[in-house]
Amino acid sequence: MSTATSHAEEVHTHGHDHDHEHEHHELNFWTKYIFSTDHKTIAKQYLISGILWAFIGGSFSIIFRLQLGFPDMHLDWLRPILGEWIDEGGKLDKEFYLALVTMHGTIMVFFVLTAGLSGTFSNFLIPLQIGARDMASGFINMLSYWFFFLSSMIMFSSLFLETGPASGGWVIYPPLSALPQAMPGSGLGMTLWLTAMAFFIVSSLMGGINYICTVINLRTRGMTFTKMPLTIWSFFFTAVLGLLSFPVLLSAALLLIFDRSFGTSFYLSEIYIQGQALPNMGGSPILYQHLFWFLGHPEVYIVLLPALGMTSEIIATNSRKPIFGYRAMIGSMMGITVLAFIVWAHHMFVTGMNPFLGSVFMFLTLIIAVPSAVKAFNYITTLWKGNLIFTPAMLFSIGLVSLFISGGVTGIILGNSALDINLHDTYFVVAHFHLVMGAASFFGLMAGVYHWFPKMFGRMMNKTLGYIHFWFTFVGVYMVFFPMHYIGIAGFPRRYYSFTAVGNDGAAAFTDMNMFISIAAIITFSSQALFAWNFFYSIFKGKKAPQNPWNSNTLEWTAPIEPGHGNWEGEIPAVYRWPYDYSKPGAEQDFIPQNVPFSATKSSNLPEEEAEIAKEKDIDGLLGAQNESYNR
Amino acid sequence: MFYLIGLLSVIFFALAIYVISKSIKLNKKLVAEENTGFALDSNNDANAYGMIIFWALGTIAGVWSFYVAKPDFLPIAASEHGLRTDNMFWVSMAVVTLAFFFSNSLLLLFAFKYRFNKNRKATFYPVNHKLELIWTVIPAIIMAILVFTGWRTWRDITSQAPSDAVVIELTGHQFGWYVRYSGVDDNQLGNYNYKLIDETNNIGIDFTDKHSFDDFTATELHLPKGKPVLLKIHAQDVLHSVYLPFHRVKMDAVPGMPTKFWFTPNISTDEMRAKLGKKDFNFKLNCTEVCGRGHFGMAITVFVDEPEDYAKWCAEQKPFLATNPTYLAKVPENLKAKASKYIPVEPVAVDSAAAPAAEAVSVN
Repeated sequence: MSTATSHAEEVHTHGHDHDHEHEHHELNFWTKYIFSTDHKTIAKQYLISGILWAFIGGSFSIIFRLQLGFPDMHLDWLRPILGEWIDEGGKLDKEFYLALVTMHGTIMVFFVLTAGLSGTFSNFLIPLQIGARDMASGFINMLSYWFFFLSSMIMFSSLFLETGPASGGWVIYPPLSALPQAMPGSGLGMTLWLTAMAFFIVSSLMGGINYICTVINLRTRGMTFTKMPLTIWSFFFTAVLGLLSFPVLLSAALLLIFDRSFGTSFYLSEIYIQGQALPNMGGSPILYQHLFWFLGHPEVYIVLLPALGMTSEIIATNSRKPIFGYRAMIGSMMGITVLAFIVWAHHMFVTGMNPFLGSVFMFLTLIIAVPSAVKAFNYITTLWKGNLIFTPAMLFSIGLVSLFISGGVTGIILGNSALDINLHDTYFVVAHFHLVMGAASFFGLMAGVYHWFPKMFGRMMNKTLGYIHFWFTFVGVYMVFFPMHYIGIAGFPRRYYSFTAVGNDGAAAFTDMNMFISIAAIITFSSQALFAWNFFYSIFKGKKAPQNPWNSNTLEWTAPIEPGHGNWEGEIPAVYRWPYDYSKPGAEQDFIPQNVPFSATKSSNLPEEEAEIAKEKDIDGLLGAQNESYNR
Repeated sequence: MFYLIGLLSVIFFALAIYVISKSIKLNKKLVAEENTGFALDSNNDANAYGMIIFWALGTIAGVWSFYVAKPDFLPIAASEHGLRTDNMFWVSMAVVTLAFFFSNSLLLLFAFKYRFNKNRKATFYPVNHKLELIWTVIPAIIMAILVFTGWRTWRDITSQAPSDAVVIELTGHQFGWYVRYSGVDDNQLGNYNYKLIDETNNIGIDFTDKHSFDDFTATELHLPKGKPVLLKIHAQDVLHSVYLPFHRVKMDAVPGMPTKFWFTPNISTDEMRAKLGKKDFNFKLNCTEVCGRGHFGMAITVFVDEPEDYAKWCAEQKPFLATNPTYLAKVPENLKAKASKYIPVEPVAVDSAAAPAAEAVSVN
């Protein structure tokens, strides 16, 4: 640990016995569960917030699916919850429909899949899997959660405004989002949306900086970058993506705030609205789109990469086989990370952007399909000749790979600017991104919860319920989003309250299919109750977890079943090998954890690994420096 | 159709649950023998069978639903470039469907085939550079071909419009479209300025530009068949997007930034009606960029006429100036004579010419 040694100059004497140091903290309820600086508690806070948000965001989609699937239905029975948003005829208010669509997107992308997925598992797994006692800064980590909480509260309160929450789509394109006279949701609702997002960005930046620092500086002795689990690699890349792209969203939001409140014209020009010509000149709505998608596209990978990383780990463990092409996996994630920054304008082929720019972005976009394909093939080959154990986590991981493929292939169509002309902003796009980033990342989240629940709460979730949950969700997601491609091919635009004005007998065509999709969505959403029950029940009443329930190699399973603050009671284990020595020929067991030295596994060492034995002394020699770095 | 799909879904769910539950009995033996802690349980085979059942039923449902949905797809493209992009779409779709089916099949079949068996050990197979190379290069080549054809098509579609293209202006506003034709005399649209908008001149036509004089407006979009049409697009208030689904045309309407799209319609409304066997069929122009409450209903009807019918229809339309002669007052003195041609009966008094001009200046 080079950083550990560099810190050696500043040694404090109070920390000889750091083994017990952490147990002497006097933690009351507030410091233990609420304002905790323990990464594990913060992870659980993120997870539970994310689950609550997921149910809110999901229920919104059910309400607008009712409108789309059953346009004639009387929704009076929703009036106790939605009040005036159900009009006198028992119909959903048209503006509230847009508000639901907007908040569904915002909540799911940012609050569930960014905070709930990356926030949970980066926090939980980075210190445990790299062998660190906590994040580089526990305090900033705590702040990160509480900024997220503040952001959540502001966003949540915007749901109760009389003028409604933000309603211009989750991308909040100006001028619609900039002009309160354009729609009621662009009033106070939008102000709160922007405020909430500003805090959200602050939260993600604090989290991201922490993840990066922790991965770089606090790896245990012997944990070189090429011995890190793919989960950590994915969290690392995710943090880099977030750190570089979220500030751009913040500036986009700030300029929009200026346009809204201080009379600037960054995005506004030549506007005549409600009988009035506005004085704004020279701004460009396209500028906002560039800035937004400069975050917006990396954001796709911010939610997807952690899911892919965790899936790599879970699939390898439960196939009892090393992940196929470990370095290719890292390489493709690195490729995706770099390319993610230079494909954003494929969201803008038909915005009037220079067509030449469109050609450039088409080339770059289709390049990103190559590392994605490599990842998919590597997953499939990992299953090949494995010995598969279908835990709920494994099922969700296989589901993720399937959804990643199914949603990914249509990206090749949409990334082609000539084909995007007709498909842009139709249900084809909705189907595409819900499969590839929405459902796939959600499956990653579920896989992660099922897999690491024993480590989080020291108890097991009920597996049979997990299986039923998986099959309902897997079949359900396909039934919702597969038919949507057809509706898109038929040219049905998204964010439409109804299809009465669509040509080709639009109102009549696909009535049945829309109904089918809505029913499938309701079933899929309802089956999540199984998960909620299983999750909350098992926290308190689940079976006690064993030390290493999945016979996994990574370091977190060497920590106590319910680790305290500091994670390991004794010394942090050293790492000697990569995390994927499953079913190694000649080994006694079908797994060799990372902290087992090669000198202890002579019978299974590959020829090139014999050389590693000599390095073990050096690794062990770093213990003192590592301890000192914690005692500063 | 709905009932069929519904039935299928019920079968789907029932099977999944059935397979999971029945296997508890079936695999009791396995549990008794195997003691790998919490990871393995009696449902392992059931879940493996679930994978293969999902694969089989999913394949059937996928193929079948395609044929059910097909009649409701957009009919044949009614524009020249649309035929090209449609063709490319279906070729690309075939390629990606193949990739989709192939990879998903491998995934689900491997999941089934390599389900846990205590007599077998997983193969330690961490890397194969040749394989990695193969599945990097093959997708790369396929991508390259798709990109190249896509780029050529895109380049042609977005190329400069032919100089003889019929120029039509579309202006999006909450919630409708204004259509302005460049007139029968000069095929050139006059300028517009959002500050000139008033209740009558709702596009803000600038009558200091002599090209404005013969421009006429309409509430529907008429296009000549077989002639290149250049749409000049902008929006007044918020973003909108011009979508002609049957012509495979889409372009955003942006306030402050004019956009354009040119294409050649090649099927007239009458021909399309005959093709589809629907007497009341009409082409549509929809909005595809969310713009507020009335977004979903922001559509106008599009007529594609034979060129001679189109010329006749244009000739019947009266220039804006002809129907609203008071705007002659906004025409500068040196162009008055030219503009007066379009005024059917010379208005009695044009002496107030100076006042509106001053007004126009004050607005700026």
